[in-house]
Amino acid sequence: MFNFLLKGLIRDKSRSFFPVIIITSIVAIIIFFSGFLNGIYNSLFFNTALINSGHIKVVTHAYNEEYQLLPNDLALLEVNDIKKQLDSIYVDYLWTPRITFAGLLDVPNDIGETLSQSPVLALGIDFLSSNSNQNDIWKLEDKIIQGKMLENSYDILVSEKLSNRLKVYPGSEVTFIGSTMHGGFTMYNYIVKGVFDLNMGPIDKDMMIVDLEGARVALDMNNSASEILGYSKKLFFDDKETVMMRNKYNIIYSDTSDVYRPVMLALRDSNQMDSLIDFSNAIMGIILVVFLIVVTLVLWNMGIMSGLRRYGEIGMRLAIGETKGHVFKSMVIESFIIGLLGSFLGTFIGITVTIYFQKFGIDYSKAIDSLSSSNFAMPNVFYPQVTPELFYIGFFPGILATVFGTMLAGRAIYKREMSQLFKELEV
Amino acid sequence: MIKLLFFCFSILIGTELNVSIDEIVKKIDFNLNSENRFIESKMIVNGRRSSRTIVSKSWIIGVDKAFTEYTYPAREAGTKMLKIDNELYTYSPQTDRIIQISGHMLRQSVMGSDMSYNDILEDKPLNDIYNAVLEREEIVDGRNCYVIYLTASVSGLAYPNRRAWVDADYFLPIREELYAKSGQLLKSTSMKAIKRIGDRWFPTIFIFKDELKRGSKGTEWIIEDIMFDIDMDSSIFLKSSLRK
Repeated sequence: MFNFLLKGLIRDKSRSFFPVIIITSIVAIIIFFSGFLNGIYNSLFFNTALINSGHIKVVTHAYNEEYQLLPNDLALLEVNDIKKQLDSIYVDYLWTPRITFAGLLDVPNDIGETLSQSPVLALGIDFLSSNSNQNDIWKLEDKIIQGKMLENSYDILVSEKLSNRLKVYPGSEVTFIGSTMHGGFTMYNYIVKGVFDLNMGPIDKDMMIVDLEGARVALDMNNSASEILGYSKKLFFDDKETVMMRNKYNIIYSDTSDVYRPVMLALRDSNQMDSLIDFSNAIMGIILVVFLIVVTLVLWNMGIMSGLRRYGEIGMRLAIGETKGHVFKSMVIESFIIGLLGSFLGTFIGITVTIYFQKFGIDYSKAIDSLSSSNFAMPNVFYPQVTPELFYIGFFPGILATVFGTMLAGRAIYKREMSQLFKELEV
Repeated sequence: MIKLLFFCFSILIGTELNVSIDEIVKKIDFNLNSENRFIESKMIVNGRRSSRTIVSKSWIIGVDKAFTEYTYPAREAGTKMLKIDNELYTYSPQTDRIIQISGHMLRQSVMGSDMSYNDILEDKPLNDIYNAVLEREEIVDGRNCYVIYLTASVSGLAYPNRRAWVDADYFLPIREELYAKSGQLLKSTSMKAIKRIGDRWFPTIFIFKDELKRGSKGTEWIIEDIMFDIDMDSSIFLKSSLRK
């Protein structure tokens, strides 16, 4: 019977070709849209992860208690050992030490006296070590608008806003004034290598970026770091996964008498990020469910229409003696075959398109440029994201909606009476 | 017996209160200020994780000029600080830069201690910048003290109000609390190991505690050698001497 129905579908294009195309298109759209939403969600949190918190991070308990003061005297010690341990346990994550510090940036005049000064927020990032992965994550070279990327530990990059305020440009020598990890006074000369614009509103207003080693020397923080940030190797933020990692890790280091014990913090543990993540999850969920319902109704309607279109054919089959149950069953199997084929093709096309845009992104820079006066930090390029649920999120609605639509239309078969049938056939 | 004790105590109090508040403040200023002085000292900064010792030499003229050179530890050695009137300059040999410390930088800690640069700049006679009232007498660590309350008579001071427990014999504020305008306690200080040096009493151990620093254990400033009113080369108080 299956082969018979399959041959029928292949030979009668009107029963198979267009329904398959419609199901394929809709399933592909469901998958791409879902991947696109995943990408937007990830992009929104990626900037926070990039600049502040990583997808997950390890700090000392004491540092976390006062993190707003950037208390580097409470920083992690023996960082190489901790990083090695994290690398071995959490192989799907990239771990990198970070020093966040603040102080004054002093610009000298020709005779070495202060010309201008500004408070500065500095990020010491591991860009120059041999096994660094931060260049791939930051893609900082794309954000440098003057000068070059860091080459030495005494090089710094300053934000465009800071550069304009202090009137420092690539090649300028500046002095950082601040406190060492041990509370001592420190002055350290850096060379401005480049000027960057993160295009994230006021976030980089007072920002300078220095290599981790440059920060360590200035702050006397050998083998120490404010925090060790973890980034998912796919650079995809998975809230549930990071929460699970954090819970397991913190059970190991639960000696509350040691204020310098390492604690793991998920992205949602950063300042007020938990409510933002929950809100985004809810909004994304609502959008996806509404979209799924709409496209499911479209598929369902298509099933009904194709069932009703065959009203005459079904009447003929009933008239020549085929049972109502058999006709109904054959229609359901046909719709299942069409749904399966369409869903399979749709999933394949949807995943392929999503993978393409995941790699190359969708560039919104022209639209973002018009918002340049806005303070909202928005990424220029959105990258859709392929996640495991994309493999079934369109597949099952594609089959089920088609089958249920046909079943609904098939109810008419059982309502038809033999007398009525002959009357219709005479016409 | 109780009446007798009360009588004796009243006489004692009556005698002490004969000292006017002006006299108390002037005697404090006499003890703590001088025409010039040379100090060799070490500062023990008790951090939250560890303690550090910083050794320095200071040359001071009146309240307007001071020159300090740090000699230990190695990382700080050669760092110099010069105060000329209301200006403060610092020099570090690693950068070969002379930098003026101004604005909010003045509120920063000196060498990670509980002292701020403002504390150095505002090291002026109390009589010149505060109005004082005598609040009461109190026994502190077994010593009779006058509790005086000082209110700034000039604007812009880091500590507009302060309360001092002044030793009735030495006329030194052996305990002090420094307040913001809002009344918040910012710092507390104490003095120990008071010695007779020439015609004045002078403490050789100061303890500073920044009350806003969480978990601060305070900073001890120990004076190892001090000489008052000596011949001093005034060229040391020039900016050019920072690089020498």
